[in-house]
Amino acid sequence: MERLPWWLRDLIYLAFLVGLLIALSYGLDALPISGMAYYNRIIVLMGINITLAVSLNIINGHAGQFSLGHAGFMAIGAYFAAFLTITYLSPYVDKLPSDSTQQWIAQNTLLLVAVIAGGTFAAIAGYLVGLPSLRLRGDYLAIVTLGFGEIIRVLILNIDQIGAARGLSGIPKWSNFFWVYLLAGITILISWRLVNSSVGRAFLAVREDQIAAESMGVDTTKYKVKAFIMGSFLAGAAGALYAHFMMYLNPTMFTFDKSFIVLAMVVLGGLGSISGSVVAAIILTFLPEGLRGAKDFMPGALAGKDPRMLIYSIMLIVLMLTRPQGLLGRRELWEVLTRRKDSTGGKRDEKSGPPVS
Amino acid sequence: MNDNAPILQANGVTIRFGGLTAVSNFNFEIRSHELAGLIGPNGAGKTTIFNMLTGVYKPTEGAITIAGQPTAELKPYEITALGVARTFQNIRLFKELTVLDNVKIGGHIHYKYSGTSAVLHTNRFHVAEDEAEVEALKLLDIFDLRDRADSYAKNLPYGDQRRLEIARALAAKPKLLLLDEPAAGLNDSETHALMETIHDIRDRFDIAILLIEHNMELVMGICERILVLNFGKTIAQGTPDEVRANPVVIEAYLGEPAETAEL
Amino acid sequence: MQTLLQNLLNGIAAGSIYALIALGYTMVYGILKLINFAHGDVFMLGSFVGYYAGGYFSRHSPNGQMAFGYAAIVMLLAMLVCGLFGYLNERIAYRPLRNAPRIASLITAIGVSFFLEYGGQFVFGPDPKFFPTLVEKHLLNFSGVVTTNYQLIVLGVALVFMALLQYIVYGTKFGRAMRAVSYNFETASLMGIPTDRVISITFVIGSMLAAVAGILYGLAYPKIDPLMGIMPGLKAFVAAVLGGIGNVPGAVVGGLVIGIIEAFVGGSSFSNYRDAIAFVILIVILLFRPSGLFGKYQAEKV
Repeated sequence: MERLPWWLRDLIYLAFLVGLLIALSYGLDALPISGMAYYNRIIVLMGINITLAVSLNIINGHAGQFSLGHAGFMAIGAYFAAFLTITYLSPYVDKLPSDSTQQWIAQNTLLLVAVIAGGTFAAIAGYLVGLPSLRLRGDYLAIVTLGFGEIIRVLILNIDQIGAARGLSGIPKWSNFFWVYLLAGITILISWRLVNSSVGRAFLAVREDQIAAESMGVDTTKYKVKAFIMGSFLAGAAGALYAHFMMYLNPTMFTFDKSFIVLAMVVLGGLGSISGSVVAAIILTFLPEGLRGAKDFMPGALAGKDPRMLIYSIMLIVLMLTRPQGLLGRRELWEVLTRRKDSTGGKRDEKSGPPVS
Repeated sequence: MNDNAPILQANGVTIRFGGLTAVSNFNFEIRSHELAGLIGPNGAGKTTIFNMLTGVYKPTEGAITIAGQPTAELKPYEITALGVARTFQNIRLFKELTVLDNVKIGGHIHYKYSGTSAVLHTNRFHVAEDEAEVEALKLLDIFDLRDRADSYAKNLPYGDQRRLEIARALAAKPKLLLLDEPAAGLNDSETHALMETIHDIRDRFDIAILLIEHNMELVMGICERILVLNFGKTIAQGTPDEVRANPVVIEAYLGEPAETAEL
Repeated sequence: MQTLLQNLLNGIAAGSIYALIALGYTMVYGILKLINFAHGDVFMLGSFVGYYAGGYFSRHSPNGQMAFGYAAIVMLLAMLVCGLFGYLNERIAYRPLRNAPRIASLITAIGVSFFLEYGGQFVFGPDPKFFPTLVEKHLLNFSGVVTTNYQLIVLGVALVFMALLQYIVYGTKFGRAMRAVSYNFETASLMGIPTDRVISITFVIGSMLAAVAGILYGLAYPKIDPLMGIMPGLKAFVAAVLGGIGNVPGAVVGGLVIGIIEAFVGGSSFSNYRDAIAFVILIVILLFRPSGLFGKYQAEKV
């Protein structure tokens, strides 16, 4: 592999990923499980959550910042892409001969366009939010990003062209298992390559000790903003795919609750661990589905009430009190499974928590 | 650049915090290959001076020039790029990173590239990463930390952590190295090893070294020039012998614990 | 002119409620450097205690009317419950994390907040409830400015408690201890101040004030629901930051300012954006003057 030019190598990896996903896609369709459509939906949502968690992990886990407004970036990507599609892209695709190859190519290409546009718009927002706020102390940054998320939601509620409170409907269902998991795979790849590079090392240095990092020649502000842009782009892209899957958008889908759930995934998995975010996203996507029946078992006066958010909050409190480093701490899954030996033994490494701000 | 031009020049540097003048009228010059020491009782303003030299604090008055460039408007990372690197009084290693990564980050200014390069694994990425790795391992060899390259910095014994911090600073390929109490907490044999290491670094990398220390044996042993600070003011400057005999210096140190009074 | 005075009065009344909540935020941040996300929900808890207690009293009172004495009892009850909650919250959820990285406390605080909100929805039911009439409503007219006695009661009660707090913080030995802990935790404990007890009591006081705010809110705006604490909580936090977080009189000023600005915006053509005003103020302060109106900037020691 060493002899090949880097772009060819990357293309081969991409082709491999694409091939794998196509195979899985057909495989899932072929499974003789009844109610497959329902499971398909959960699996797709899981893919979106993986992208959201891994992208938030870049900001909160690798760069050590406190972003509580991820749902806002997702919303921007979702609405922008949806608006673009409904207004310009979809009409064009509809004019092409139905079910033709031409239409298929156009649809998928334009979905790509919409997703990248959504991501870019979200990244711009990430830049605008990040640049002035990143010199604030940790908890203040948290509040500002939370406020930003809320402002986005209020703005959307007041813009009539994108549906305001009624929501935005009529988005064509262009995204599917393949696209969602392609994005998830690319997100994981980006995050992994980033963290194992000078950029990632700079992120980690900023997280560990900002003053020491500056003294080592790291432009901390630049890297914090970079992390924000990266994370928000991916969240926006995820939002765009989400829009094209749900076919309908509403500001209530992007409240602080959503930001909190994504944060819960990153924290549960371990701040800074990519595989941790993936594992936690999987768990926290399936858990609510599993708990969906729980309300039927609620005793007496509480019957029929949905306890999911309550369970999340209790889970998070207990997690912080008992195992604040989450499932994997800062290590990746394979490191934990092979129990890396260190000069004073592996156990002491695992007790690492999130960094001091 | 003129070989004999000073790497660092400080003129009339003063800093005030509210009503407190922490450092007043600090004047100093250092050229390549020189080994100088900054001493004084606790709270005399030594680390504050380091902080000003590295851009963490901005002086209230006076000017600092590094490699001919005034540093008043520069951020710390820009000053590092001019050729100044430091260690910290209270060891500020990147605890959750490996020994090797700590040193690699030290060399950040030399091996950085864009996020795009990182994500796409371009040639630039590979070249820079290989070089960073080679250079970092070389430094670890010098400091005898190579076998612990993959350990986490926080798991290192104290003496090794201090040496790692110096290695990390050297990764930036500085022209001037600032060491803040490098011998703090070290025993006698470790201190002697450190003295040798400092000499070795100075010769091998051909750099200037300015250090803050309380350990008089080390200071008197290796520094060619010493500057004495008390309450922010420079009370003496000269060779170790001159400083040792200076009555003002002796008076400043009267009442200090036995080890530091042993001039 | 009348609308001006009307808005002003509404603003001051609302602002007093924000101020009472803001005091809790600012005191806790002052001593622990922790943003107690759950504080706004303690306010909600206070309202609900008032709802249930008030309901009980009005059902069991002789002629269906509530005597003023009962109102006071309801308020005291709310203060007790919230004070207890504040104490337990600190002991169980925050104290163990005092030496942990900041983000752990932040996440826990958010968790407690959600716990109260969703727990509230779960236990009380998500539908809004109507606060019982604790005091008979009278309309008052000052040369064209129409108001109810409720506004005045809100103002009056709030003022009493703020004055009480002012006295405690600046006129008692305990208050001195509180201030000492907020300046420098370690030194205070080295000086023999029982820091844990000071922290506990600070939480209790803050929660009691939030309870008062909850009762007053229920009185003036009788519709309550388990999520009612979110917006006032956030706005009160902004008020605390505006006044300079950690600064007690500052929190009062901040609360009043936000209340008044909101009242004027709400009465104007931008009324849709009334809720966003607080966020805008927050962002403006944090960008241009993070120490707030009366706070001090705190630099990090290298």
